[in-house]
Amino acid sequence: MYRYIVNRLLLVIPTLVGAAILVFTLMRLIPGDICVVRLGSGGGTFDERAVTACHAELGMDRSVLLQFVDFLWGFLNFDLGKSMWSGKPVAYEIVTRLPISIEIALMATIVAVAIAIPLGTISALKQNSWVDLFVRVFAIAGIATPSFWLGIMLILGILSVSQAFAGAPWMPPIDYVPLWQDPIRNLSMAIWPAITVGYRSSAITMRMTRSAMLEVLREDYIRTARAKGLLEKIVINRHALKNALLPVVTLIGLEFAFLIGGLVVTEQVFNLNGIGRLFVLAIANQDYTLTQALVMLVVAVSIFANLVVDLAYAWLDPRIRFA
Amino acid sequence: MRSRYGAACIGAMLVTVLPAAAAETLKHGGTLTYLIPADAPPSFDGHRETTFATVHSAAPFYSVLIRIDPQNPSSTTDFVCDLCTEMPKPTDGGKTYTFKIRQGVKFHDGSPLTAADVAASWEMIIHPPQGVLSPRGSDYAMVDTVEAPDDATVVFRLKFATNAFLPGLADPFAWIYKKAILDKDPHWYEKNIMGSGPFKFVDYQIGQSIKGVKNPDYYRKELPYLDGFTAIYADKQAVRVEAIRSDRAEMEFRGLPPSARDELVHALGDKIAVQESDWNCGSIVTANHKKKPFDDVRVRRALTLAVDRWHGAPALAKIAVVKTVGGIVFPGSPLAATRDELQRIAGYWPDIDKSRAEAKRLLKEAGAEGLSFELLNRNVDQPYKYVGTWLVDEWSKIGLKVSQRVVPTGPWFEAMRGGTFDVVLQANCHSIVNPALDVTPYLPGSAENYGYYTDQHELDLYDKMLRETDPQKQHALMNDFENYVTDEQAHAMVLPWWNRIIPYQSYVKGWKISPSHYINQDLATIWLDK
Repeated sequence: MYRYIVNRLLLVIPTLVGAAILVFTLMRLIPGDICVVRLGSGGGTFDERAVTACHAELGMDRSVLLQFVDFLWGFLNFDLGKSMWSGKPVAYEIVTRLPISIEIALMATIVAVAIAIPLGTISALKQNSWVDLFVRVFAIAGIATPSFWLGIMLILGILSVSQAFAGAPWMPPIDYVPLWQDPIRNLSMAIWPAITVGYRSSAITMRMTRSAMLEVLREDYIRTARAKGLLEKIVINRHALKNALLPVVTLIGLEFAFLIGGLVVTEQVFNLNGIGRLFVLAIANQDYTLTQALVMLVVAVSIFANLVVDLAYAWLDPRIRFA
Repeated sequence: MRSRYGAACIGAMLVTVLPAAAAETLKHGGTLTYLIPADAPPSFDGHRETTFATVHSAAPFYSVLIRIDPQNPSSTTDFVCDLCTEMPKPTDGGKTYTFKIRQGVKFHDGSPLTAADVAASWEMIIHPPQGVLSPRGSDYAMVDTVEAPDDATVVFRLKFATNAFLPGLADPFAWIYKKAILDKDPHWYEKNIMGSGPFKFVDYQIGQSIKGVKNPDYYRKELPYLDGFTAIYADKQAVRVEAIRSDRAEMEFRGLPPSARDELVHALGDKIAVQESDWNCGSIVTANHKKKPFDDVRVRRALTLAVDRWHGAPALAKIAVVKTVGGIVFPGSPLAATRDELQRIAGYWPDIDKSRAEAKRLLKEAGAEGLSFELLNRNVDQPYKYVGTWLVDEWSKIGLKVSQRVVPTGPWFEAMRGGTFDVVLQANCHSIVNPALDVTPYLPGSAENYGYYTDQHELDLYDKMLRETDPQKQHALMNDFENYVTDEQAHAMVLPWWNRIIPYQSYVKGWKISPSHYINQDLATIWLDK
């Protein structure tokens, strides 16, 4: 096991270098110039000499090759550089936004698992019943409904309901306070995006749980377990569900990795200052250094989540051994 | 339903008028919470930035030398002192301005503010040292030197007399910094805040909020009325509207579209007040003269003749942040074309049928009937996409087949700067109404002119207008310039001007709308009636 983990961690290095080369190249292919966006996006006039000075300040007057060597060297030295937009260290920009993204991702995953696994299991056990039909409709609706739309509807619903019943419209806080500073305020802000995103995530996981369970329930060993006279509860929980969870865990891991940097619109809808919103801004502002670092972060999170998922396999299925 | 909205809007607007007439008891205290429609400013240094996000974040912390009269913000001549004691009369044939600086003003660190600080700040803007960005530096091409002969005097010496100087001096980004800090590190103000304004800096959470607290040593006695402010960054419009509706925030200062105004008024009735103003932002359409057939003046004239501004503007005003029909100069300002003058310019003729018939004739003569081309537009809803879509429809009425290419800001600039477009829709936004400088994007060779042409006659007309100091003669010269640019050569066409709409909680008092979201942002006179 230890050897397997070390090998997997060593493989991270070429993957990250490959991603670095790819993102560096792709960013330079996007038309635009951060200095012009910065000086001109307000629609006003600006001095062309300021653009030249800005290029020099950001090192954009150097050759692309030199910029790439600089980036790679910084990356290998764990120096992500400074945001070309704000001038602040990239690490600071990311670390400032990471807590809210991790919190939402964790809460959304909890919401998703809490909904998906019981409902998916029940749906499989009651296949083709009205319960199954309801769960499937619920799941398909979750996949079909865009999270940002659901988020907007949720806020409008809260506003309207609070106005109707309390006399004054209420909406969740729009400025983030860390959980340890003010838990109530923090949770009253974070719970809504967690539900919004968690619902979508639960819908996908629910369908996977259902289909995996249906497959497992038809296996010989389940029939054998029942023939032995085991209680149905034990058959389902110990023999069926545990095996059916293998693909579900993979899915949850990938979803979690996506939630860290992928809540682009949901973060905007709830005014969350997270990684997804930062990602959009970095690309819109053509902030090369920040975008590169964010892509690397998402790649690293995905690799780590996959590793955790693979390790979880061993726990769920004793037949799997890592050489 | 629509008429009910309309009535509600009128009612809400009255709310803003009635309190002004009634005697109100001014209240001190409270914290104003407002929204900034951006993620975060790139830096806090007003001298180097051009975005309102910097102004809305940091203006309350700073003083300026002079500013436009907050009660008459559309004026081009009504300037008042902030750090000076009296508006000076120019001497030396209009080429020397001597300002006396208030005594006893302190920076927030307790050190005294002197004329040397004012001169150093302006030097940094007008003559930035190597490595320092000053995007508005070219606005001060007329300034020769800035001197501080003693602690209470600042002298600006100009190369030539011009009416464009004082409005330029009232630039809302021209904050006064401490000379000692600038001397030590001219980049210090990018990441730090230390001014002499009505509020002192308390806290900044990147991308979240910025907070200020009342400056007890502020030189304008009794001000500010508020104990402090919190500004929350919220770039999504829906969030801002909902936040105002639920009173999480009292207002935003940039501007919301008519639909948001109507939604708030409908939901909250007289708890919402609304102020509106023409916005010093124009929409310009420029044809790329390097691309055929736009090198032909007949084709360019046809483009502008096809657009029915007089009927289009009122309709557009219901859905987009545009309203008033105007020429190249901010509507209503002394250099702006009168309605009669406008109606003689191509595209403003009162008879649209005659105008479009002429457009078709010109296209036929130029061999460009049924021309197909692409309108390059910016991926910003208000007002770009609304105006762009309207424009495509207007052009279809003379048989043109126009498609719209909407791209994000970066590629939009890239296409304009690379000349890889047919026709582009762009904005021309400014702070203080300063027509002589505000029209520079129409000049060939200016950084924001993407027509790709040279025209010495146009430059001569502009130069003559810029140097004229008699208001009436300058108006006539501006009129000549406008006719030449938008009619005779049709180098560019102007669409209805933007309209600034600010709905806010009606208990917020003491704020007056201006034609720019950059000005009147020090919050000193705002108070809360609750």
